[in-house]
Amino acid sequence: MSKEISIALAGNPNSGKSTLFNALTGARQSVGNWPGVTVEKKTGRLKADTSCQVVDLPGIYSLAAGSVDEIVARDYLVSGEPAVILNIVDGSNLERNLYLTTQLCELGLPVVIAVNMMDVVKRTGDEIDLERLASELSCPVLPISALLGEGLDALTTTLLQGVRGELPLPRPRVFSAPIEEVLAEIENLIRPHVRSVPGERSRLIALFEGDEHEKERLNLPGSTLSAIEKLIADLETRIDDDAVSLIGQERYQAIQNLLAGSRLEHGRGQMTLSDRIDQVVTNRILALPIFAAVMFLVYYLSVSTVGGWWTDWANDGLFGDGFFFLGRGREAYDEQVEEFELAEMSVEAFEEEAAAADLEAETATGLVAEVILYNDSGVEKERVAVSHDDYLAALDVEEPDPAAFGPWVPGVPVLVEQALEAGHVSGWLHDLVLDGIVAGVGAVLGFVPQMLVLFFFLALLEACGYMARIAFVMDRIFRSFGLSGTSFIPMLVSTGCAVPGIMAARTIESERDRRLTVATTPFMPCSAKLPVIALIAGALFDDAWWVAPSAYFAGIGAILVSGIILKKFRAFAGDAAPFVLELPSYRLPRPGDVLRSMLERAWSFIKRAGSIILLAQVFVWFTTSYGWADGAVRAVEQDQSFLAVLGSAVSWIFAPLGWGHWQAVVATITGLIAKENVVGTFGTLYGGFSEVSEAGWEIWANMRVHFTTLSAYSFLLFNLLCLPCFAAIGAIRREMNSARWTLFAIAYQTGLAYAVSLIFYQLGAMFSGTGSIPGTVTALVLLAGLLYLLLRPNPNRRLLPAAARS
Amino acid sequence: MRTLADVEIGERTTVRRLHGTDTAKRRLLSMGLTKGAAVELRKLAPLGDPLELTVRGYELSLRRADAACVEVE
Repeated sequence: MSKEISIALAGNPNSGKSTLFNALTGARQSVGNWPGVTVEKKTGRLKADTSCQVVDLPGIYSLAAGSVDEIVARDYLVSGEPAVILNIVDGSNLERNLYLTTQLCELGLPVVIAVNMMDVVKRTGDEIDLERLASELSCPVLPISALLGEGLDALTTTLLQGVRGELPLPRPRVFSAPIEEVLAEIENLIRPHVRSVPGERSRLIALFEGDEHEKERLNLPGSTLSAIEKLIADLETRIDDDAVSLIGQERYQAIQNLLAGSRLEHGRGQMTLSDRIDQVVTNRILALPIFAAVMFLVYYLSVSTVGGWWTDWANDGLFGDGFFFLGRGREAYDEQVEEFELAEMSVEAFEEEAAAADLEAETATGLVAEVILYNDSGVEKERVAVSHDDYLAALDVEEPDPAAFGPWVPGVPVLVEQALEAGHVSGWLHDLVLDGIVAGVGAVLGFVPQMLVLFFFLALLEACGYMARIAFVMDRIFRSFGLSGTSFIPMLVSTGCAVPGIMAARTIESERDRRLTVATTPFMPCSAKLPVIALIAGALFDDAWWVAPSAYFAGIGAILVSGIILKKFRAFAGDAAPFVLELPSYRLPRPGDVLRSMLERAWSFIKRAGSIILLAQVFVWFTTSYGWADGAVRAVEQDQSFLAVLGSAVSWIFAPLGWGHWQAVVATITGLIAKENVVGTFGTLYGGFSEVSEAGWEIWANMRVHFTTLSAYSFLLFNLLCLPCFAAIGAIRREMNSARWTLFAIAYQTGLAYAVSLIFYQLGAMFSGTGSIPGTVTALVLLAGLLYLLLRPNPNRRLLPAAARS
Repeated sequence: MRTLADVEIGERTTVRRLHGTDTAKRRLLSMGLTKGAAVELRKLAPLGDPLELTVRGYELSLRRADAACVEVE
């Protein structure tokens, strides 16, 4: 395989790295993940020379602090793949940005330094001695403004020089004599064990700092390691400071020297516009109300209104019967449809009445029938009398043709069906394409509109600097549950739909918090779970007001409890480093960057989550509509289907939860396509209705036969908490970037759902006097286990120094 | 020992030494909290934690528990 020429783009978060990346590569980008981790990997082709690949490394402050981002970046830089490092530094925040630069210069690769935000620097009156930087570091230093697109041509030219091998290697920073002596001795010690590799000096320093990751990578014998440790310990006693602090201090001293000719004090101590904004936004009194207002706006626009309308259009219009272009003619059409439905019911009622009276409907002039109209909760709304004349009139009402009311665009399924019929495609293929594949694609794409709106706002919040303030303001509340302040957004969005909620976890800084949020956020009752809640509330609890709020409490409770339980496990213990958060200056984002980020995230959902959703959809469609009949696989009714057989086979598992009958199990499985399917499946299985209203009131009476209030609530709990719909599972897979983590997440969710439902049902049965001894004992054991996990001390708690603990 | 967690709002001081694990020190050092660095406590988050500091010309937020690892003058 011929090796591609790569330029590694490295820099601090908030240094304008994405903007520069977009400016250098234009539209030639692809987004993926670094192998095995949840960190995003972006690559693109250099506009000026498409044979060069630019790899956007995660934003980092240092190469040696041990976060996933830093490990990913370091591994890539020492892999031998990149030919040049492009280091972007924020000119308005030079001191800290150059810390990473001092480390990058030790890797044995040519470095090109782009000092960004020169427009801001000039405006504040700062002066940066770029020549001094260049001569001290011995690498090219170029002023740019990624935002305004200034200085990019010169930067590209220099990069191409670097690619051709025409740039000098940077002169690594020389530490003070005692440290350099120890570094030389370490070099002698490891020389016999390692081949000369790029980044050698960087490795020496990492060893000096006691970097565990580097020790593992070099695989040195124990005697060498202990010799190195002794060298360092001796130096530490001599100087009375530790190796890690020494290196850090000397780096910052070197930076002071680099900046000796620059004037950065200008404007320091004065209030900038950004400071003034921040004074209001993170004000002790105003911060929470402002936060609530921003969240409300994001939720309202992306879930309730704009995003919601779009999603309805995609589901009911584009992937439904069709839609009116720009909505013209919709109202008149809806009125006609209502009239037509009433006419249908009148005809039916009159013919039934006639049959009961043993009359011919056409000639039964004196007969009067009655149509009863119900609202969504099954409460009688209106009674309409149907006379013989009404009956004859109703017979003449024709089903309205939408095309007659306005510019009607038929939906994709309608068009596909026409094409299939025109092509005389055989029955099963017709069904596979229409009910399996087209429905599956619709299920994937139906989420996209809402996601676009949401991702737009997330990109905006990130780019302008407010996302960091959310973490700052909410940190206190969320960290007790092992989550980050930014976990709030995924949870809020998940009350609408877990799929964009999970995708919103991308904005969380630390990998550990990201994984924990992705694994727990689907507990939140989403809008598709509402019909299930309404069904159970209506059928068994007489529409009691407390059922819906209790479902929300159960969801939020599950998230918090899971956070506390899971953060105590090693896998979620995360890196032991302290939480540090930069609060960047507020900036006006570039519209291009915001739109690009929005499209990238939506596309990565379609690509990576889409396939799993589609497959699952086809599978459930097949198992619900086909079954074994007359010695062959045939299309059958749902109660004869493979899924019904499967449901009966596994229903015993759910007996301890109080609903071990196959209908409930099958409904739970069809709920995996979308949770609201539970209602429709119950409609078919308990009532023989092909279609029921949203809360399914038609079957309430039948459900009371199969469920008690206890078993119904246990069923509700299980369906709220167990593995989410396939779309959400697809999103989890996309964000976790690992099959193992995905399986863990859904196994944990289902396990918790099972335990909670069992405890609820069995203890409830015990208190109402119908419990059994084994059931009660199992419930108590599970409850004790759950309480233990919840209350046990955290074994991974970071050890604070004695002084800090007091 | 006086630490960053004991500093008053608006107070300027100088870092003396870092305590804690190597990983913790590395993270704090990379953010510019080295011996001799000037820091100012800007404000507290609405719920009293984390803190907002100015160090090396930018705004950094630290939790109180982590700030207790930074010894100051």
